[in-house]
Amino acid sequence: MKREPFKFLLFAVLVLVAPLAFKGGYLMNVLVFVGINTMLAVALNLLLGYAGQISLGHAGFFGMGAYLSGILTATCGWNPWLAMPLAALAVGILATLIAFPILKLKGHYLAMATLGLGIIIYIVFNETVDLTGGPSGLSGIPNLAVGSLVFDSDIKNYYLVWTFTLAVMLFSVNLAGSRIGRALRAVHDSEVAARVMGVNARLLKVQVFALSAVISSLAGSLYAHTMTFVSPASFGFNFSIELLTMVVIGGLGSVYGSFLGAALLTLLPELLRGAQDYDIVIYGGLLMVMVMFMPGGLVRGIPDLFRRMARLREGAGNA
Amino acid sequence: MKVREFLCKKRKIMQLEQILQYTFSGLSTGAIYALIGIGFSIIFNATGIINFAQGEFVMLGGMLTLFFLEVLKLPLWAAIPCAVAVSALAGLLFERLAIRPLRQPTPINLVIITIAGSILIRGLAMLLWGKDTHAIPPFTGDEPISIAGATILPQHIWILAITLLIIAVNKFFFFHTISGKAMRACSYNRRAAGLVGIDVRRMVLFSFVISSVLGSLAGIIVAPLTMTAYDVGIMLGLKGFCAAIIGGMSSGMATVVGGLILGVLESLGAGLISSGYKDAIAFIILLLILFIRPQGLFGKAESERV
Repeated sequence: MKREPFKFLLFAVLVLVAPLAFKGGYLMNVLVFVGINTMLAVALNLLLGYAGQISLGHAGFFGMGAYLSGILTATCGWNPWLAMPLAALAVGILATLIAFPILKLKGHYLAMATLGLGIIIYIVFNETVDLTGGPSGLSGIPNLAVGSLVFDSDIKNYYLVWTFTLAVMLFSVNLAGSRIGRALRAVHDSEVAARVMGVNARLLKVQVFALSAVISSLAGSLYAHTMTFVSPASFGFNFSIELLTMVVIGGLGSVYGSFLGAALLTLLPELLRGAQDYDIVIYGGLLMVMVMFMPGGLVRGIPDLFRRMARLREGAGNA
Repeated sequence: MKVREFLCKKRKIMQLEQILQYTFSGLSTGAIYALIGIGFSIIFNATGIINFAQGEFVMLGGMLTLFFLEVLKLPLWAAIPCAVAVSALAGLLFERLAIRPLRQPTPINLVIITIAGSILIRGLAMLLWGKDTHAIPPFTGDEPISIAGATILPQHIWILAITLLIIAVNKFFFFHTISGKAMRACSYNRRAAGLVGIDVRRMVLFSFVISSVLGSLAGIIVAPLTMTAYDVGIMLGLKGFCAAIIGGMSSGMATVVGGLILGVLESLGAGLISSGYKDAIAFIILLLILFIRPQGLFGKAESERV
């Protein structure tokens, strides 16, 4: 556990100096999205990787954060810094209320229920035209600002978003190593055994679900204020699946894995720009191959692969 | 006064006719949901898996029929069995190549692998056939038939008739053939079924083939009414699942009734309340059933086994 602070520091430094290597430009914009997606993947990973509870509706919470922030600032004229926590609070309360009945369900049923929830939220975004602007979206959302510093360029947004992302990652790393993290893993492995050991599994699951929703909502608010425009298309069923893919590809139960997954899935469409239509096939194929051959995700699969190759080479050397 | 009374009466009749109309169209979409739902239940009962790719077989049914009709210029009566056969093959390959080799078949991994399969099938369909929406010609003309003030299309009757036929065949298969009985045995207790000499893995494979056949048939008979495209599978699949949940994951009448209830409620809701929220109705029902009666509308509560 002693290595964790160093790992995190190294990662934070890399994030801070990364813009120097890219010198602004189009890729900076993509890196902002990597930050937002990392936050979302970490949030989903807390639920899926640590507590073992699947959610296929997280795009809904992400969208609620974005829309609540957008509506409060663009329509009601609030300060974005006030809108963000309020949106997170509202999403947190809603998530807690839903979590009690929904987390009674397990496995496949939980997947379907959260999926249904996500789709209902998506339909509401589309249909409440007076509030959200419907399918054509909501525009004119102000940027965040500190004093006279307005976060209106890619490089400024990069540091803004990544400050939040690093904070969320640090928080998650600490949570995972704490008493609560151990309790979560116990619930993951066997809920009955965890309950016998005195873990209030029900409450714990609800809390993690709410926490995960709150982080997603914050990511949504950041998304709204950096993009200054939101439309329902960004928060549909497909995005929930994309988040799931990030978490699984990166590695369940690993914060840095979530970053890897998020980075890979955000950069992949940019690299495959020529093969636009193929991306959906590639997602599906990637997800399938990962679950079949690397169930631990990249963070565990790659070191494993190296070890196996080293062993092979050793074997060849001896012979 | 007289005039007003007359108008009032007339409006009431209009409303009745409208409700009848919505009910008719609801029943035919409900029949589709029922077929898809039965497909979900068959796989679930044999394996404990919720096959998220079920909707893609519905899409394959419609798109393959179109492919055989338009590209290979087959007549409709030949195109349909071809499409069903190819879908069945796809279901078989899906089980053999994705489900069976899975090293850690935990529920979460199974959910993810079936989702991955559905994305892959959908993506391949998009690459092969493009993103356009297509129409399949109705089986027998499109002259509307008037029944008690409501009009229905011949295709509606086809849908209901074919669904009834499939349910009857399904019932016969599960209760009067050796394979069907063996599959039922697997759903009650897989280990016991294995002990009496039933090849459980083959039954699992069967269940995937049968439900892809059911799914593709549903996709074929609904395509003339609703058009078809590479992405119709998502919604139809989810609603079929909803029907199965209402029916308590039974592969018999309960799911059929579930599908019909869902279809009618959806159609009435879309007509009388708001068409924008039509899709939400199914999911609200889904959540309510899962929260309040997870054993289905007609099932008895079962105690949870640890």
